Amino acid sequence: MSRNWLTSAATAAATAMAALLIGLGSVQAADGKLVVGFSQIGSESGWRAAETKTAKAEAQKRGIDLKISDAQQKQENQIKAVRSFVAQGVDAIFIAPVVATGWDAVLKEAKEAKIPVVLLDRQIDTKDQSLYMTAVTSDTVHEGRVAGEWLAKQTGGTCAVVELQGTVGSSPAINRKKGFDEVVAKTPGMKIIRTQSGDFTRAKGKEVMESFIKAEDGGKRICAVYAHNDDMAVGAIQAIREAGLKPGKDILVVSIDGVPDIFKAMAEGEANATVELTPNMAGPAYDVLVAFKKDGKAPPKWIKTESALFTPDTAKAEYERRKDAY
Amino acid sequence: MTLPLPGPAPGLLRALPQYGALAAVLLANWLLFPDFFSIRLQDGRLFGSLIDVLNRGAPVALLAIGMTMVIATRGIDLSVGAVMAIAGAVAATMTQAGWGLPAVLAASLGAGLLCGLWNGLLVALLRIQPIIATLILMVAGRGVAQLITEGQIVTFVSPGLAAIGSGSFLTVPMPVVITAALLAVTALLVRATALGLMIEAVGVNRLSSAGAGVNTPVVLVAVYVWCGLCAAVAGLIVTADIRGADVNNAGLWLELDAILAVVIGGTSLLGGRFGLLLSVVGAAIIQAMNTGILLSGFKPEFNLIVKAAVLLAVLLLQSPALTLLLPRPKGARPPLGPPLGPPLGPAKRESGSVKP
Amino acid sequence: MTPYSPQPSAPLLAIRGLSKAFLGVQALDGVDFTLRHGEIHALLGENGAGKSTLIKTLTGVYRRDAGTVALEGREIAPRGVEEAQRLHIGTVYQEVNLLPNLSVAENLFLGRQPMRFGFVDRGAMRRRARAVLSGFGLSVDVTAPLGRFSVATQQIVAIARAVDMSAKALILDEPTASLDAQEVAVLFGVLRALKGRGIGIVFVTHFLDQVYAVCDRITVLRNGRLVGERRTEDLPRLDLVAMMLGRELEAAAHRIAADPAADTQAGTDARPPLVRFRGFGKARSVEPFDLDIRPGEVVGLAGLLGSGRTETVRLVFGMDRADRGEAAVDGRTLRLRGPREAIRLGFGFCPEDRKKEGIVGELSVRENIVLALQARQGWLRPIPRRRQEEIADRFIRLLDIRTPDAERPIQLLSGGNQQKALLARWLATEPRLLILDEPTRGIDVGAHAEIIRLIERLCADGMALLVVSSELEEIVAYSRRVVVLRDRRHVAELRGGEVTVDRIVSAIASEPVPAGPEGAPA
Repeated sequence: MSRNWLTSAATAAATAMAALLIGLGSVQAADGKLVVGFSQIGSESGWRAAETKTAKAEAQKRGIDLKISDAQQKQENQIKAVRSFVAQGVDAIFIAPVVATGWDAVLKEAKEAKIPVVLLDRQIDTKDQSLYMTAVTSDTVHEGRVAGEWLAKQTGGTCAVVELQGTVGSSPAINRKKGFDEVVAKTPGMKIIRTQSGDFTRAKGKEVMESFIKAEDGGKRICAVYAHNDDMAVGAIQAIREAGLKPGKDILVVSIDGVPDIFKAMAEGEANATVELTPNMAGPAYDVLVAFKKDGKAPPKWIKTESALFTPDTAKAEYERRKDAY
Repeated sequence: MTLPLPGPAPGLLRALPQYGALAAVLLANWLLFPDFFSIRLQDGRLFGSLIDVLNRGAPVALLAIGMTMVIATRGIDLSVGAVMAIAGAVAATMTQAGWGLPAVLAASLGAGLLCGLWNGLLVALLRIQPIIATLILMVAGRGVAQLITEGQIVTFVSPGLAAIGSGSFLTVPMPVVITAALLAVTALLVRATALGLMIEAVGVNRLSSAGAGVNTPVVLVAVYVWCGLCAAVAGLIVTADIRGADVNNAGLWLELDAILAVVIGGTSLLGGRFGLLLSVVGAAIIQAMNTGILLSGFKPEFNLIVKAAVLLAVLLLQSPALTLLLPRPKGARPPLGPPLGPPLGPAKRESGSVKP
Repeated sequence: MTPYSPQPSAPLLAIRGLSKAFLGVQALDGVDFTLRHGEIHALLGENGAGKSTLIKTLTGVYRRDAGTVALEGREIAPRGVEEAQRLHIGTVYQEVNLLPNLSVAENLFLGRQPMRFGFVDRGAMRRRARAVLSGFGLSVDVTAPLGRFSVATQQIVAIARAVDMSAKALILDEPTASLDAQEVAVLFGVLRALKGRGIGIVFVTHFLDQVYAVCDRITVLRNGRLVGERRTEDLPRLDLVAMMLGRELEAAAHRIAADPAADTQAGTDARPPLVRFRGFGKARSVEPFDLDIRPGEVVGLAGLLGSGRTETVRLVFGMDRADRGEAAVDGRTLRLRGPREAIRLGFGFCPEDRKKEGIVGELSVRENIVLALQARQGWLRPIPRRRQEEIADRFIRLLDIRTPDAERPIQLLSGGNQQKALLARWLATEPRLLILDEPTRGIDVGAHAEIIRLIERLCADGMALLVVSSELEEIVAYSRRVVVLRDRRHVAELRGGEVTVDRIVSAIASEPVPAGPEGAPA
């Protein structure tokens, strides 16, 4: 892989130099601004909308000219967008791929045009790693680990946890479980007493939590609930409350994503921690792109975003900061 | 509660597979989880796993009530899940915008009626096949709901609206009360009037019914409108329950559960005889199974397989081949005696008689 | 063209002793049929005569039980329409068996497209399609989808395809059933041209006028047996109808009065009519007709299969919407918009296809009986269960419907009892005009007699009846007046003493009067 990458990086670098020397590039902004084309999946969730907003804001901050194309959940639209970016001769292409496969052909076109490609938020399946420069995504295993470590520390290493999994078989569900399980394995007093799928939704999260509470002696045996996303946690909080228990106190609530509603719950004392899946995927991508354009420095193949943990003490401020971005 | 049931007093015997299956599933739950039947009061509200079954089963039961009548006319309504999302989106968005509860309820239920009217007109007047006609709204409806909420989960603070999902009436959870009320109203509407007869007649033979003077378009539009209303009520409950309209997930795939509940309840997809109460029992069977799986502690990977296996068993109990082994109610005895001549075979649509 | 030389004396197609039985019913019983080169040969018969069985057995769709088929002296045994086509026998059905969304040219050459370099040569296909169709006097855009053209054009394309695939014998199964007069004329032009080229044509139809207009020879089947084969010019219409209906008729009763004014009895009934139709009709269904029905009167509708009997009563009940003429009930002109309106006016209708349009199979006898009454009352005024049971039990007794109880699903009853339950449905509405389409079709002998007695009793009670039946004796037995139809036209009205089987048969066989028969506009 590295060999492959070196060659392509070398060619890419050479071309970038050449391009600078000859001064071509039809859309190259007159003032020398970098032009980035971003094929976004769509706006199916608040997080996705926040990702787009942040990408714009971060571009503005750096004086980058960002062109966004909304694919409306269709790969064919993304492929069209990439082709059009190639035809325009942009400096770099960002893709938030809607599916993992079927990218080789269009990425080859971008490679032939010597345009670096950065994947945002999701990886793709390809044999030829040289087709993209780098991928900026969160480390979902690490997210689970951060949540687990916080809970272990908070409870002094003794806690009976119920787990609300994401959709069965989805990769964030698998990985967030894996990271959390690692912590459980090395913490003797911590164990997962029940685990079920809540399909990443509020309604299912609530329903599953209701049954957990009944199955564990009215919730008395539950120390904490770990939810693979905030939405399920919000549902679980309601279930805890309706069972006559105090969420955040009688049962601790820890989850992942960092959507505004969980900050609201934390500010009200009903949730205890969330691990943020940052919507700022574009920021790190711009940074490596600028560095690459400047001195041809090839970034690592995978740039992991930070998995920051937030707790109630900052919740109110964080909620105010986020409520308009989502 | 005794409800007027269709046909010649079918009694418990005809409904044996449904009640038997419900009892079996509840029993299995009790074996897996001994506290299954224990009920206590929690903040003036009944609390227990059995209550969960009724409470969580309410949305599918509501859908099944409307779906039963649509299926009785030999139709199907795939759009109910999407209509739930629309009704929820309307309710949450309007509440957030500061409208009062009566206006919110009226608008939300009105949206459901409108969706039903759309389906009904496509089926009755344009004569589009129901599965296609309602597929349009199934696909477009969720999009409409996303437009209303701008793709986000719209949360609201409104004790009145929230009470529809998590409040209680005389200690019974509100969704259960609403479902029982709607079941009673629907049963009254179809059995205390001649609507039930006409629905069944249209479902068995639309041509014959029209020839006998039944206003088939009106009957068809009516059942789809009622189905839309039931879906809107279900959507309100789901939205009120989580205090937010999650349009991407609200009612997702619930149309299939509703159809399944109706089929478990013994109403044929070929139309004709229908039983509202049995459809609700079908919904209860499905939910009892879901709750049982959650309580059992099986790995979630087994959920769908367990569910499928139980459903297969229930449907097998109803299969014509197996019912031959069971005692029969009076109306379905095989023909006796010589003066009747040969019966007209089981194949309803076969008409190739050879003239002498 | 053919690898063998036909025996000059051999007929084009010789069928001998063809037999076919279905489930013990002999649908074809030792039938002979001969088709010669260059003739148009009508194959006629009433319902159940065996026409379609003959065609399907001949082309191998059904396997024959016995008999031989020889084409130009050589025995053949095709195993389906396609193989028959390869053996030079082309078949064109009433519902054109082509693909409406493909182009005319593609339809013509489907399965045998001209190829070049392994691809369909579209240019050649279009050129050849134009050439073939111009031979049939048809010049259309061959690249347009076939479905865009009239049924007549589609028929001609189907015929052209069959002929172009080297058909020597062409079988046309009711090709004119949905054509108007002008389209029929065009089609006949094509048939005559083909005949001139030595092609033999088997022409199945219900329209006697068309038989006499274009056919050289007629073969009549009845109940699966051959009745006879005649040259058209040797077979007077009356004899033809007698052959089809299976009656011996004295030659005396030939022509009937075509002018109703000549009927002295016309003025005897001074009572105002209950219903009155003037110039009532529907394009491609029934020619405009006049019809009066008075209270307490039984009017029979007689005619061959496909003569427009059923179409007439469906228009009267509003099942089909008339597109011309006017209707009046109790002297008030109105539009018959559908069955619901007809029922409101006091009409009832037992359709010919009992299973498809009459009974509601899964519902009980009781529910079937009260259905029309309930529908008329509206859903908000339900008939109480007790009252329903009274009504059902009363009619079960009155009409002697054999069922263990009123709750039995009607589909489990025998045909005759279903028919009686349908009668009960309408009697429960106390109709003023009851329309019965083939009330005794497919019913065993005992029930048959009962239904006839019932009809007689009903008319005695003052109800008006309009009855369609293929059983002429039946019609004669209970009808006070009989309207005779031929080729979708009301051709005669017989009353009082004129109502005899012979007179009906004569009317069916009457020559078309150039000035237009009774009721038809000039």
